[in-house]
Amino acid sequence: MNVGLEHYLIVSALLFALGLLGVITRRNLIVIYMSLELMLNSANLALVSFSRFNDNLNGQVMVFFIITVAAAEVAVGLALIVALYRKRQSAHVEDLTSMKY
Amino acid sequence: MKYEVLPWVILFLPLVAAGIITLFTLKNEKVSATLSVGAIVIGFFATVLCFRAFRFSPQEFTINWLDLGTLQVDFGLRLDPLSLMMLLIVTGVGSLIHIYSIGYMKGDPAFSRFFACLSLFTFSMLGIVLSNNFLQMFIFWELVGVSSYLLIGFWFEKASAADAAKKAFLTNRVGDFGFMLGILILWVTLHGTLNFELIKHYVQDNPAALGGAAMLAGLLIFCGAVGKSAQFPLHVWLPDAMEGPTPVSALIHAATMVAAGVYMLCRVFFIFTPDALTVISWVGGFTALLAALIAVQQNDIKRILAYSTLSQLGYMVMGVGLAAPEAGMFHLTTHAFFKALLFLGAGSVIHAMHHEQDIWKMGALRKKMPVTYWTFMVGTLALAGVWPLSGFFSKDAILAAAHHHSLPLFILAVGVAGLTTFYMFRLVFVTFFGEAKSHDVDHAHESPGVMVWPLRVLAILSIIAGVIGIEGLFAGALKSEGEHPHGIVAQLIYPFQHAPVAACSGLAAFAIGLFAAWKLYANAKSDPLPAKLGGLSRAMANRFYFDEIYEATVIRIHDAIATISDWIDRWIVEGLCLGLVRGGTDLTGRALRLAQTGNLQTYAFLFVVGVAVVLWFVLGK
Repeated sequence: MNVGLEHYLIVSALLFALGLLGVITRRNLIVIYMSLELMLNSANLALVSFSRFNDNLNGQVMVFFIITVAAAEVAVGLALIVALYRKRQSAHVEDLTSMKY
Repeated sequence: MKYEVLPWVILFLPLVAAGIITLFTLKNEKVSATLSVGAIVIGFFATVLCFRAFRFSPQEFTINWLDLGTLQVDFGLRLDPLSLMMLLIVTGVGSLIHIYSIGYMKGDPAFSRFFACLSLFTFSMLGIVLSNNFLQMFIFWELVGVSSYLLIGFWFEKASAADAAKKAFLTNRVGDFGFMLGILILWVTLHGTLNFELIKHYVQDNPAALGGAAMLAGLLIFCGAVGKSAQFPLHVWLPDAMEGPTPVSALIHAATMVAAGVYMLCRVFFIFTPDALTVISWVGGFTALLAALIAVQQNDIKRILAYSTLSQLGYMVMGVGLAAPEAGMFHLTTHAFFKALLFLGAGSVIHAMHHEQDIWKMGALRKKMPVTYWTFMVGTLALAGVWPLSGFFSKDAILAAAHHHSLPLFILAVGVAGLTTFYMFRLVFVTFFGEAKSHDVDHAHESPGVMVWPLRVLAILSIIAGVIGIEGLFAGALKSEGEHPHGIVAQLIYPFQHAPVAACSGLAAFAIGLFAAWKLYANAKSDPLPAKLGGLSRAMANRFYFDEIYEATVIRIHDAIATISDWIDRWIVEGLCLGLVRGGTDLTGRALRLAQTGNLQTYAFLFVVGVAVVLWFVLGK
């Protein structure tokens, strides 16, 4: 079987859907966070495969940027989660509804 | 020409004085009084200069004020014999009253405020006098109403004063409403012209131009005068206005403001049709009679003078209505002198009696207050129309006009003249003669010089004002034809040659009135009239129940309308309309709030759904 662009894109879409499912259904903030990263990486996969099949490096350059931003985001996000945990003794989203009506 | 700036100075100095006093010198009584008195005295001298310059050459100084397409409004000052004479009265009598006020208001906690209000009033009054168009006159007309409100309610901590101020203001408003409608009718029919001179030429060139509107416009404009000059049926505010300080009563409610109505009638005399003039003369005559009857049974010294003022204003209005505006203006001038004198004299008495105003608690003040007594006597004689004092000549001019035009009005006017003498001498006999009727009289003493000197000056003016050519001046300004005597001797005997019937009836009325007053009141300890007249006397003392009638009709209806409006506002406007809008918004808000779960994942889910919908719209097509 010949592996083409569409296969990569299908995997990427599946990864994205999995990540989204995790973000929406999981209760623990850290797991939600991991799911978010999964979504980012599915986008990376799509970009890399575009780059590979179009014979230019634009997609890969973009991926580097995304990885850099994701690293910074993780640093900030995890720090926020730790701070939140210290304050509330919980990292579960259903405990964090003080903005409710 | 160097005189050009003078009218502006005359007009705006009092306003500047009022402004400075209000803003800076409320704490400093001396400076306030100096500023206010200075402004009007300078105004008086400037007026004298203007009088010399423009007496024979009427002029207008105009600047364009509003320029709104077809609506052109000028702010102009008109100087002609009519306005110059009125200016002299306002600034001259005004100056004397300002000076008198320094003595009368001494020690009042709001001394400076009083002078600020006086200056504001002077400014507004000068504005009316100098106006050259209807709109400007109306603006100053209202300003006069405002300053009159401030001055009547000067002692606003007294409920009666506050009520009187309100009453004066609201009653005037009724008349002013008519005035405004009249101006609007003129404005519409004359295609936007409001300038007096232009309207005058327009009306003279084609008398039918106003058509059916002429009568209506004339009567509506007369409504303004009815309010300001306190004619029947809007006369009820003037007697109550006596709650203000006495100098105010003298300045506003005797000499100047109430004269504004008569002045306005003369200023726009050309728009009145013969029918309108008949109505005007009867309103004036009826007011004169009504007020004179009421004055007979009043016991408050200021109220007697107030009703006397009403009665004399009725005389002036009647004069105008009898197509003799120059007689009306002449009487206005002499009346300004002697009525201001009488009010200031009454103020002097009240001051000496420690604010006692009931004449039946006075008596025998003749010896205690000689200057006040003599000047008051001069004022009384002038008002009663004794030859050769000023009142005789002006009253005779009106009587002559009445004799010429309408016999019923002539009889009425002579009757009022008799009544005038009667109530004035009742006042004089009870106040100054007889024996002391209370202990306050023992402590009474003559007022200080600053109050007495204005009395002396006004007394001299009251004596001579009839023979110094004032009538000739007005006749020249208001009528083209007609000869008038020159020289003092000629003027002294002129009434007897010109209209002997009128002159002799006037003097006879005086004699009868004096005799009756002497018979009844020369040594009276209490009023003998109530016993003799019974119910009529009670009706007079109660002012023919006008206040009660108005209370029962106008005020009751007003209250009813107010209650209904309140109900509509509370239940229909606020309850139904606002309630629906408010309730609807509130309900929607509450419903939408439920979408805010505070749960991160709900938001994320909705976000994704939103993105999916957008994508479907963008890509699905």
